[in-house]
Amino acid sequence: MDIKTFIIVAVIKIVLVVFIMLTGVAYTTLLERKLVARIQNRWGPTRVGPFGLLQPLADGVKFILKEDLVPDNVHKFLYILSPMLALAMSLIAFAIIPFGDSVTVRGMTIPLQITGWGGASGNSDINIGLLIILGATSIGVYGIALAGWSSNSKYSLLGSLRASAQMISYELALGLSLVGILLLSGSMSLREIVKQQSNTWMIGGFNTHLPHWYIFPQFIAFFIYLMAAYAETNRIPFDLPEAETELVAGYHTEYSSMKFAMFFMAEYLNMFTVGCLATLLFFGGWHGPALPFLPPLLQAILPLLYFAAKVLFFIFVYIWVRGTLPRFRYDQLMAFGWKFLLPLAIANIIVTSFIVAWRA
Amino acid sequence: MVPLSWYLVLSAILFCLGVFGFLLKRNIITIFMSIELMLNAVNLSFIAFANYWNAHAGQRLASGREIVGLSGHVFVFFVMVVAAAEAAVGLAIIIAVFRTRETLNVDRVNLLKL
Amino acid sequence: MVHQVLFIVFGLICVAGAVNLLVQRHPINSALSLVVVMASLALIYLLLGAEFVAAIQVIVYAGAIMVLFVFVIMLLNAGSEERSSGSRIALLLGVPGVLVLGCLIGWIMINNNKQLGGVSIAATDFGETHPIARLLFRDFLLPFEITSILILIAIMGAVVLGKREG
Repeated sequence: MDIKTFIIVAVIKIVLVVFIMLTGVAYTTLLERKLVARIQNRWGPTRVGPFGLLQPLADGVKFILKEDLVPDNVHKFLYILSPMLALAMSLIAFAIIPFGDSVTVRGMTIPLQITGWGGASGNSDINIGLLIILGATSIGVYGIALAGWSSNSKYSLLGSLRASAQMISYELALGLSLVGILLLSGSMSLREIVKQQSNTWMIGGFNTHLPHWYIFPQFIAFFIYLMAAYAETNRIPFDLPEAETELVAGYHTEYSSMKFAMFFMAEYLNMFTVGCLATLLFFGGWHGPALPFLPPLLQAILPLLYFAAKVLFFIFVYIWVRGTLPRFRYDQLMAFGWKFLLPLAIANIIVTSFIVAWRA
Repeated sequence: MVPLSWYLVLSAILFCLGVFGFLLKRNIITIFMSIELMLNAVNLSFIAFANYWNAHAGQRLASGREIVGLSGHVFVFFVMVVAAAEAAVGLAIIIAVFRTRETLNVDRVNLLKL
Repeated sequence: MVHQVLFIVFGLICVAGAVNLLVQRHPINSALSLVVVMASLALIYLLLGAEFVAAIQVIVYAGAIMVLFVFVIMLLNAGSEERSSGSRIALLLGVPGVLVLGCLIGWIMINNNKQLGGVSIAATDFGETHPIARLLFRDFLLPFEITSILILIAIMGAVVLGKREG
């Protein structure tokens, strides 16, 4: 593939991914409202369209038409920059995520990944993909921190102080929980990690018929990852930065209209990233049982469907947890991160490295 | 093809700007950031020289030691670790200073001056 | 050609960020310009083939250390810098000294252009994670362990310093 086709194909992929992701975000809000409503024995939105299916559209129109307020005495440049930063950084992660193996169009092998390329020696992607996603999320902290600071309001400032402290603390546990996977797979390329999960687990020559997913040897890491990711995305039970009962709305108290919508989209996109990463690292990515009785067209998009189903499962867990658990207290949150998750992650790394060394 | 000297000149420029910040700024946090800028400039020359030595990797120096191209990268890794430790301690000191003196201006933290 | 353009663009962003760090009077603006410098340095590292270092530059420097700076600035609610006289010795000796030093280094580098050679984008895939890890955990194992102790001491120092007296 020469550079010109690569760029054209990449642009098409970017447009597709951004469109699908933003639509997904819109409908996740509807899913969340519906599910939480059912958990709380209500109906949720039903008025706009059949079953309320057009509700995201109405919300979008409302966001666009609302007056775009800029309060007095804000740091104007940073006030406008920070929602853009938050949204941009949560979108960058999708440049690295492989959604499937590859499709062949007119003899050209196109990997289903924005930064992947097909070649004679198979599909490949960035060697340090996982690190880039971690980097993008760590830069995303600025969006939240600066939003609170530049709004010049006490609630926003408190919210963003909480958010940045929480995200710095849980980033450690998040990063360390992934080290176990890296030790087992010996690669930081997401495509490579998924490729290694395509078989079944063999224990001493005995085929267990369990898929070779890293969730089985690394379930402690998965637990830590999920907890830390919930804290990173500021979701219940770790949603102290936007605790309504204490801080009005936290760091985005002073935001309105599209700027507020950008924070909202960033939060939901981060949920998607967390779901995608969990799928890729622990649940075998797009691999799943082959279903030979399906028609060929469905067969072709089956990996994509598996991937989407797994990600949707994680979104569902997010919403389920939101409907079930109360919010932590701030000292509990910090103690949980530093005194429980971090030591557990380190212990997991030590045990995993011993096992890897013993097998080698 | 970019000449290696461009990278090194960029590194020198950044280092000098860091020194200027260290000498001219009066806010203790900004002074601290200037130090970080200097460390970054040094890191850039480490990486640039690592690229230079990598071209000669596997050969031997006059002393008989084999050239390892990547040691520059490892050094940058160590510099980052030290910078992180330095940032943690330095910012704790800044917070302690602010608690007792209510200012971040280094000219007002002058009790030891005659 | 593309390589040179990329270098010049990111180099200019770097220098502009560093100059902005000096010009701005509010510490949070300075901190953000330093973040810009670090991010564009990470891209320059990529041009030099150091992909692992580029990634940890973004994660550790821009994502952890600078967030800590911004956090402290927000916590202390630091206002704009006061104008005060500063040190006269630094102004009279330091500034010309640094100017001379910078010109000297630049002059030496430009003069030794031939020996230093160039960086081509084709030969820039050596900075991968595997060889760095091998180097770090074999040849540099002792320094690595020592830095871990250093970090432990730094954590304890930060906790002790940050604690309120009483």
